[in-house]
Amino acid sequence: MAESVVTEGEGGDATRRDFIHIAAGAAAVGAGAMAVWPLINQMNPAADTLALASIEFDLTKVQEGQQVVIKWQGKPVFVRYRTPAEIQRLAAEPQAGSPPESDAARTKEGHQQYLVVLGNCTHLGCVPTFGTGEFGGWFCPCHGSHYDASGRIRKGPAPLNLVVPDYEYVSDTRIKIG
Amino acid sequence: MATMFPETSMRSMKKTLVLIAAAAGLALVAQPAAAAGGKGHALRDGNFSFEGPFGTFDQGQLQRGYKVYREVCASCHAMDLMSFRTLAEPGGPFYDAHQASAAENRFVRALAKEVQIADIDTETGEPIMRDGTAADRFPNPYPNATAAAAANGGAAPPDLSVMAKARHGGARYIYSLLTGYLNPPAELQIRPGQYYNAYMAGDLTPFMPEGSHDVPPGGFIAMPNPLMDGQVTYDDGSAETADQYARDVSAFIAWASDPKQVQRKQSGVGTLIFLLLFAGITYMSYRRIWKGVAH
Amino acid sequence: MSDHESTYVPKTGVEKWLDSRLPIVRFGADYMSLPTPKNLNYWWTFGGILALCLAVQIATGIVLAMHYVPNVELAFASVERIMRDVNGGDLIRYTHANGASMFFIAVYLHMLRGLYYGSYKAPREMIWIVGCVIFFLMIATAFLGYVLPWGQMSYWGAEVITNLIGAIPVVGEPVLIWLRGGPAIDNATLNRFFSLHYLLPFVIAGCVVLHLWALHHAGQNNPVGILIPKDRQKKDTVPFHPYFTVKDGFAIILFLILFATFVFFMPNALGHADNYIPANPLVTPAHIVPEWYMLPFYAILRAIPDKFGGVVAMFAAIGVLFVLPWLDTSKVRSMRYRPAMRTFFVIFVLVGLGLGWCGAQLPDAPVVPGMPSFQLFDGQLNSYLWLTRLFTAYYFAFFLIIMPIVGLKETPLPIPATISEPVLPGGGDAMTAAAPASTEKKG
Repeated sequence: MAESVVTEGEGGDATRRDFIHIAAGAAAVGAGAMAVWPLINQMNPAADTLALASIEFDLTKVQEGQQVVIKWQGKPVFVRYRTPAEIQRLAAEPQAGSPPESDAARTKEGHQQYLVVLGNCTHLGCVPTFGTGEFGGWFCPCHGSHYDASGRIRKGPAPLNLVVPDYEYVSDTRIKIG
Repeated sequence: MATMFPETSMRSMKKTLVLIAAAAGLALVAQPAAAAGGKGHALRDGNFSFEGPFGTFDQGQLQRGYKVYREVCASCHAMDLMSFRTLAEPGGPFYDAHQASAAENRFVRALAKEVQIADIDTETGEPIMRDGTAADRFPNPYPNATAAAAANGGAAPPDLSVMAKARHGGARYIYSLLTGYLNPPAELQIRPGQYYNAYMAGDLTPFMPEGSHDVPPGGFIAMPNPLMDGQVTYDDGSAETADQYARDVSAFIAWASDPKQVQRKQSGVGTLIFLLLFAGITYMSYRRIWKGVAH
Repeated sequence: MSDHESTYVPKTGVEKWLDSRLPIVRFGADYMSLPTPKNLNYWWTFGGILALCLAVQIATGIVLAMHYVPNVELAFASVERIMRDVNGGDLIRYTHANGASMFFIAVYLHMLRGLYYGSYKAPREMIWIVGCVIFFLMIATAFLGYVLPWGQMSYWGAEVITNLIGAIPVVGEPVLIWLRGGPAIDNATLNRFFSLHYLLPFVIAGCVVLHLWALHHAGQNNPVGILIPKDRQKKDTVPFHPYFTVKDGFAIILFLILFATFVFFMPNALGHADNYIPANPLVTPAHIVPEWYMLPFYAILRAIPDKFGGVVAMFAAIGVLFVLPWLDTSKVRSMRYRPAMRTFFVIFVLVGLGLGWCGAQLPDAPVVPGMPSFQLFDGQLNSYLWLTRLFTAYYFAFFLIIMPIVGLKETPLPIPATISEPVLPGGGDAMTAAAPASTEKKG
């Protein structure tokens, strides 16, 4: 077999010989990596999915004391029009939740009656129910997390406050999320 | 005795290969000739910048082509697979190096806003018309294919999204067709609602007098000549002629049919250079491994 | 070669532990050290190239299935969405579409190599037969996959080919309805074709394992075509790795250059423009042609004036390959030493190309325009119909008449006693001593 037919290269040849084999092997590994990358990258969001990144919403559709749930990027967003009593109660607890935040930091200046948060519990993603729980905000039926009317986590397994998405007021009654 | 083997085997293999290669070559040469045979002009050369392995699109031409499509073609022809945002993708007519993303491109957002999109009101559920956004697809001028056919004498105007891929000759074919409304011979019987086009597929023998030897190339098309000189205003000083419009809109449709073609060709050049180097290195490795093995 | 002894020695404790429970490392090592005839030429590299083709088709196919929608309303648009919006989707889809063509280029060359060098003869009949099964499954898979983009050629190709089933007497019609899941090609058909298109490549992969198993049991053929005697094993073989890994690797890279040229620069050159028109059950394209790799069989189908007869002829054209080992009466494997057969082989290759060419033409069109002709039975003599019939007759005659008769009548050239003899004047014992220029000759 091999031993009988292969002649060894001349003495000082070894390094050059090894180099060319290593280079060929490295090129093969590189080619493999280049071929595999598109197969992995194709699972990232496609251009049409990314283009639907923002939506606009008319706040006059929400009644005082109520919330409207809208869909943004496939997820629920709570838009809540809070009563003066609720806002007053929140003001009494300037720092709460995890991380501790004030209600003012979670709303836009001059529009404190409107709270906009993502409607997925920060524990494992269920949608908390409106107006229940011990703190008058939301209660998550899956594993018993209690949120207040500012969406701050107050009791239960959820690690973080409900997430406030990036949004801005494009007019006095209209917001753009994303 | 032994010496005759190498010669015989080498010679036979070579002869076999040469014969087969020659035949394959012949077949390849014959194939396009057969396909192009029959009647019809050779397609007109639009001097398109995007042809060939290194060709790229002329962005100004794509912008003009979009304008011709929007102002002329779009009143009958849909492009259902095209989104406004695609116009701002790298290589596209409105790509801007400073844009945050294709959907945030200011030109495209403005262009999208010019069209009305049918939608459903999220509160009332009623059908409404709203301004277009970059994420929207080009609106279809007809509610469905039947309506499109009914409004055009029974022949629905085809969708142009992938037209350059759906016709042999691609952009050259579209350019030739749009400029192919030549004067037909007087004897040709043209039915109402039909127009003579020198590049349309068809056989006009039945519509010529019996035994005529001058059957014109081409066929009948249900679309009247759509482009006239001066019909679309260009801001960049390009000639406002029907020929230039046809050339520009053909380039635009060629781009829209495969928006990533230039990027793909460019990565193809890199890939081929890599593969050639890889082949060279591997061949050297192969020669070293087999050095001294008689085979 | 079948008695290849394992030379693997587990070194570490973990390797020893694993080797006594699941000797998978030993399996791989034995594969790599397999004694391989050292005179294999580049025609033997298509096996490795085909393995790559199958891997590429399965890998790209799995990711395409993540985006493709098998629904008649959405299929066409979903394929275009893959090419417009999915990251790198244009490359993945064009690789898959052109990969089918590359697969068939490689498989045809692989089969012709087997035919030329007699690789189907004892003791390798099962390698050849499993290979024929793989070829048949490839045709089925390619046909099913071509339907999925739901363009005009997809739809009408499916219509025409499934109608062949309807030609079978008595059971044809009910089987046709069963196959389509309705009176016409529709959503039910598209869904089942997608499911089967996903399944069959894995069946092919299973057959490839059998193909290799049979290959390693019987041992590889070689260009001289003789079995390597026991006492010549050491002199006439080299271990598979690194000798043939590097040779196959080099050939694979050359093949990839061809592949990449199509994918990057002319991705639609091998396809048909009509398949970019969405399927329309009310309008047939002017000229239906299958993909190029099906054309020879499509030509044979059309050569027979009877519908059912055509179907039988087409399947017989593939079926005859299965009994090839018993049609060849020659004791000599390689056509290197069979000059008469070699001539018939060259004509066979040309006829195969000719059938492919005829399959793309209209049957009534004249072969030589303007040449005087006359009516012979159902067509002009100077027409592709009769040229196709001539080629079809040779195709079957090659296997059924020429092969058995030439094998008995011919006088083969003298065959060397060892595979080393042809390249080493003087008997082949001076293996490496002088290494003259002639030893550098490839294959």
